[in-house]
Order: sequence, then C-alpha cells, then structure tokens
Amino acid sequence: MPISDKLKKLINWYEAVLEHPHRTEIARELRSEDDLFLLMLYSEMLGIPNPVYYYTLELYPYMIEEFHDWHLRMGMEKSPLSGIRCC
Amino acid sequence: MNAIVLAAMGLFIFVLGYRFYSKFVSEKIFKLDPNYVTPAHRFKDGVDFVPTNKFVLWGHHFTSVAGAAPILGPAIAVYWGWLPAVLWVVFGTVFAAGVHDFGTLALSVRNKGQSVGTLAHRLIGQRGKILFLFIILILVLMVNAVFAWVIANLFISYPASVIPVFIQIPLALWIGYAAYKRNMKMLIPSLIALAIMYGTAIVSSQVEFLQIDLVRYMGGAEGAGLFGLGAISSAFFIWIVVLMVYVYIASTLPVWKLLQPRDFINSHQLIVGLAILYLGLLFTNPEITAPATNPGADVSWFPLLFITIACGAISGFHGLVSSGTSSKQLDKETDARFVGYLGAVGEGVLALISIIAVITLFPNREAFSASYSSFAEASSGGLGNFIEGATMLASGLMIPGSVASTIVSIIVVSFAATTLDTSVRLMRYIISELGVEYNVPQLEKKHVATSIAVLSSMALVILPEGPNGFGSGGYLLWPLFGTANQLLAGISLLLVSIWLRKLGRNYMITIIPMVFLMFMTLWAMFQQVFLQWAWYNDQPNTLLFVFGAIIFVFTIWIILTATQALMSKSNPGFSDEDLK
Repeated sequence: MPISDKLKKLINWYEAVLEHPHRTEIARELRSEDDLFLLMLYSEMLGIPNPVYYYTLELYPYMIEEFHDWHLRMGMEKSPLSGIRCC
Repeated sequence: MNAIVLAAMGLFIFVLGYRFYSKFVSEKIFKLDPNYVTPAHRFKDGVDFVPTNKFVLWGHHFTSVAGAAPILGPAIAVYWGWLPAVLWVVFGTVFAAGVHDFGTLALSVRNKGQSVGTLAHRLIGQRGKILFLFIILILVLMVNAVFAWVIANLFISYPASVIPVFIQIPLALWIGYAAYKRNMKMLIPSLIALAIMYGTAIVSSQVEFLQIDLVRYMGGAEGAGLFGLGAISSAFFIWIVVLMVYVYIASTLPVWKLLQPRDFINSHQLIVGLAILYLGLLFTNPEITAPATNPGADVSWFPLLFITIACGAISGFHGLVSSGTSSKQLDKETDARFVGYLGAVGEGVLALISIIAVITLFPNREAFSASYSSFAEASSGGLGNFIEGATMLASGLMIPGSVASTIVSIIVVSFAATTLDTSVRLMRYIISELGVEYNVPQLEKKHVATSIAVLSSMALVILPEGPNGFGSGGYLLWPLFGTANQLLAGISLLLVSIWLRKLGRNYMITIIPMVFLMFMTLWAMFQQVFLQWAWYNDQPNTLLFVFGAIIFVFTIWIILTATQALMSKSNPGFSDEDLK
C-alpha cells in the first residue's frame, strides 16, 4: 500500500475515533425527539385529547415497528395500550 | 542509566505482556468466542448498543481513561526513587491493570453489557449497590477537590496558560454547534481550535500583558490579598470559585455542547503530548539523574507506593468505562483483548513517560533530593516537576522553554478540567440515584443535585487546613483518592473472580492481583486512618478520619459479602444463561 493511502487510512481512523461518542449523543437526542413525536401522534390513547387523531391514525401501519421498539425500550414487554395492536 | 534504555525496556515488557500474557488470559482462561453474539448485536439500538470497529473502540476507550491522574501519581511517587515506581507501573499494567480492564469488559459483555455497579447489585444485593455508590461518591468528591486545587495551582504558577485554557471553551462550543446543527466534520474544526489555542499560548508566553497573574495584581507574593488571606491564598480562592462556577455550568449542559467537543481537542492534545515527550526523549537522550531508591524516605514506600500511583498501574475508574460504554459497543467478543488490555497498556505508556520526565529533569542527584526532600514536598511539587521535565524533553525538539512549559501546563489543565466536568456530572447522577433510593425527590432535580455536588467539593477544598497552604484541602485527600480508586479496582477484580469461579475456570489470574491490591490498600488505609488521622494521635484530622473510616468499613463489608458469594456453591446473581 502506498504511503499516501496509509496516511489516509490513519486519518480516517482518527476521525472515526473522534466522532464515535458524538454519534451516540446525536442518536440519543434524535431518538428522544422521535419519542415525543410518537406521543403527539397517539396522545389520544393516553387520554390526552388530540383533534387530529383521526388523521394521525393513518400513520399507524408505518409506525407500528417503531412503537414496538419504543415500549420495549420503556421496559414494557407487551404493548401497554389495548387500542394499539402490537405484539 | 540512560533514559531511552529504560523507556525501551518498559515498552518491551508491555509488548510481551500484550503478545503473550493477554493471549493466554483471553484464550485459555476466559475462552473468548468469536461467534458469541455480543450485546452490541443482541440489543442493537443505534444509540448505546452499536457494534464498533475494534481500532475505533480502542481509540475511544483509551482517550476516555487517559487523563491527568497517570501524570500526577507517578510524579509524586518518584520520591521513593525511580525503580519502585517504574516496576509498579510496568508490572502493575501487565498483570493487574490489563487483566482488570480486560476482565471487566469481558464480564460485562457476557452479562448483557451491564455495568460493574449493577453487577455488584446482582451479586452482593441491594446493600452492596448502595455501599458501592457511596464509595464512588466519595471518589468523585475527592477528584473534584484535588483537581480544582491542581488547576488553580497551575494557573498561579504558569499565568500564561490562563487565556489559552479559557479560549478552549468558546472554541469547543463552536465545534459542538457546527457538528450538531450544521453536521460538519469534526476533525478540521477541532484541529483549527487546537492551532488557535497553541497560537495564543505562544503569544501569551512572550507578552506579559496577556498573562493573568492574580498574585502580581495583588502586589506580589507578599501582597495583602482579600480578607487578610495574603496574595497567594487569595489567588487560590478566586481561581477555585471561578472553577466551581464554570464546572456548575459545564456539567449541567448537554454533553454534546461542551464536554464532547472539548474531548476532541483533548485527544489531539494527548497525541501531541505523547509525541513531544517520546520524540523529545529520543532527541535529547538524557541520563537518569534521580536515585534508583530512596533509603532515607520519611514515609515508607511500602505500601503507600501502590496507592500513590493508581491510574497508570491499575485503576478502578477504568472498570467503570469498560463496563459502562465499551462493553455495549464491542463487535466481537475476542476484540475485548485488544480494547481492554491495550487500553490499560496505553495508560501505562503515559505513566512511564511522566516518570522519565521527572527523573531526568535534575542536573544531579543532590538537586533531585533537594527538590524531593520529604513526601509532603513531593506531593506539592510533583506536578510542577513534571512540567519542568517535559519542558526539558521538548527542548530537544527546538521548542523554546517558556512556550513548552505553557503548552504542557495547558495539556494538564485541559485533562484535569475535563475530568472535573465529568466527575461533577457523575456525582450529580449518584446524588439523584441516592435520592430515588431513599425517597428524597428533591435530590432528583438537576440543579439541586449539582449544587450539592459543587458546594460540597468546594467545602472540601477550602475548609480543611491543607499541607500546601490555603485551598489545598483536597490535596490532603490524594492518598485517599488513590485508596478509593484501588478499592474499586479490587472489588471489580473480585466480581470477575466470582464469575470465573462459577464458570469453573482458573480464577487465580484475577484473585492474586485482587488480594495484593486489597491487602496493600487496606493496610495503607489502616495506617493512615487509625494511626495518623484518628483523634487519639498527635495530629488528628477529623475530616480525613471520617472519610477514611467510612470507606474502610464499607470495603470490609463488601469484601466479606463478596467472599461469601465467591465461596458459596450456588450461583448468586448469575442465571444459567450467563454461565453458558
């Protein structure tokens, strides 16, 4: 391998080391934003009135995977809401 | 003796340790399995559990554990001569630290990536967890007090370093913003930040106007100062208050805003520092002028050496990093050897060079003995000597003395400040957790917990009469800091031993360093707490006695419960699945 490639590899490695913890934090921040979004969509099921529930419910098939991850992350083995058909 | 020879011998033993001993430990004892599904894959969530390339993970692990402590400890411990210090760093790293860091990593990987604290809970029960939390709480409290004093001391001794250190804060905020909001790459901005810092350092070490020298402003060392404290004490007081205000703000911000970008700059500094020191060593080719041993020491090296050098030989803090973050990101189980063992070796390399910087500094033996005339002298002057020694080594690279000493002190202050930030943050979490445990909801609030953390650290720095004048109360606690850190390492080794025994493996490789470490530490503690600080002695010290006695009793308790778990036939805390 020529020396310039080795140098490039070294710089890439170093950059990956620097970005490693940062990526975690950004992912965490994004995840909590997503959780909030999920709450906004299905707040009706938790007893918080949501005037556009009728429309957000249409997103249900797209969100079901994430909903499953969410209740697992919150430490609930099964879906806490009887209205949502999850696992 | 030539210092290059000493460094080469030390590095050679590290290589042998990694090449042969760690291979033996990972293949024959732990029997790591490349096909085992690690928590990073099993619980993959893209946030905490992420399979990561082993080289990247090693880099992150090493930069998280390396800090100011592996510099400070060895710089004090050379008081007993260089030989004991070098032997403890080299063999401690190979046989104790490497196995400890690697072992806690492997243990955590096989237990769903849980931390040492949680494992202590499962193994020793609820009481064990609380005792464990208290020991960590006292540990971080002492870190705050010690490092606040260290930074204030460096600001007073090297006033040219003040502006470059403070310039790091807005630069770090800018990098954090650019990376988070603008999605910029981090390498170039953080290198620019480093260049600005060192550029400022070069200018400020030449221009007196830019040196923030509080002592000079108050009329020199003989000046009156504030509240009749004298100029030096007042300067300490002001810097410590400034630091505590800073750390309050820094530790309540989200990590990506200030702490992490500062870490990027600090990893460059770690590399710059190591490169300057090792290259300088090659170019200056210095002779070791310090004596190999010090028969006339006023404090015996045995067992105090083993707690004076904690980080760099073995440190319980590494176990917290190993089991806290690294274990959740290990791609293959066999990578544990590379990440854990080599992470400890990296720290050993840093400790080795800081010993060499100090023992080659003085022109002859007499000058060394004059500077290291007593243990108290060694404690207060150690860090200053390291900076002078590093400046000497840097002179081999044609770096002028005033610039080199400013840059080295900036590096040490940056490490210490990041540690301070992290440990106040950690203390806040622990106080909140204790609040949950004892049903005091107020403690769970961020600002209440941080205020308690900052105020108690500040009280510890300012109230007791320290050995090095006003504000050095925390410094009194350095031996106790070493002790708590070593006890943590001992407890982690004990947990790994219990696990190995339940697996039916040979657990001697962890139990021997554990017994050695616990024996040395408890003995040193017993001497200090009951023969030195207790009320019936000549110079009692209530504060240290209370802290020391609490840790001592807690530890005995943990050891007894853990030994019971070790000897019992059943498998407490481990399910059958964990033992597969």
